[in-house]
Amino acid sequence: MHIVYPVVVSVLLFSVGVYGVLARRNTILVLMSVELMLNAVNLNLVAFDVWLRDRLHSGQVLTLFVIVIAAAEVGLGLAIVLALFRNRRTVDIDHLRALAEPDGPAQPPPPSADGAPGASGAASTERGEGAL
Amino acid sequence: MTEAVPSYLSPTGQEVVFLLLGAVAVGSALLVVTTRQLVHAALWLVVCFGALAGCYLVLTAEFVAWVQVLIYVGAVVVLLLFGIMLTRAPIGRSADLDSGNRLVAALVAVATAAVLVTVVVDGFRTAYAPLKPGAGAARELGASVFATWVLPFEALSVLLLAALIGAIVLSRTDIPGGPPTDESGGD
Repeated sequence: MHIVYPVVVSVLLFSVGVYGVLARRNTILVLMSVELMLNAVNLNLVAFDVWLRDRLHSGQVLTLFVIVIAAAEVGLGLAIVLALFRNRRTVDIDHLRALAEPDGPAQPPPPSADGAPGASGAASTERGEGAL
Repeated sequence: MTEAVPSYLSPTGQEVVFLLLGAVAVGSALLVVTTRQLVHAALWLVVCFGALAGCYLVLTAEFVAWVQVLIYVGAVVVLLLFGIMLTRAPIGRSADLDSGNRLVAALVAVATAAVLVTVVVDGFRTAYAPLKPGAGAARELGASVFATWVLPFEALSVLLLAALIGAIVLSRTDIPGGPPTDESGGD
């Protein structure tokens, strides 16, 4: 097995994951893209473990660890997404700008540019800032 | 490791199978990030992870392949589907799954892929590993985990416990003493 094949497959998977993280708007889809990137890393680890014929099996053991950490990550991430959905009624990361810096000093509601679910989004944003 | 590299023009059966599985994985990953239906993205993710498990099998990493099937296909995708259902996502086709910076994202992804493929092909053109079955069996891997990697393994179990407790705490709504808001329990 030429090592180039698994490594190139892993590179392609990683860049697909990069595209997904950057281009998707739904938070769950972003989580899926993160999983794709983690899987690319796993494929790399397994390929190099096979290539180097490691006696300690570092690559494959590390792959198992990465899988476990990915499971923990997706569990926590989904808990955060659900808490977000409970509070804000949306999981669109484009609308979750409560932690962003305001564009200018004279603009009380920061996400004034996008207005589609503006009523609930802006209201909850104001409530969040009031709580702070 | 670098002695007697066989030609790229006569691929072995294992390489052909691996490349087919890799094409399935990359293709379904592309569908995950481009499909217009949220549930279909999760289902294509199953296909992608399954093909990757096949890749691990071809690379003689059997135990990792089965763990991949168990945890990724079994647990992670089910969790993601739960998340999709609980956030009341539209089941049908929805138009606003992509944000406005799709072109920039595609540009960044293509640039990443180009740079990495160039570097990787240049660096590992002569790397060849003859596949020896049994190197990644559960016996070998278990001996390795419980002899050499015991300490990280135990640390990882503590991390899993912490993640479990964190997920429970995050998703419960009836825990008193949250942030000092005047409203108690919004909904």
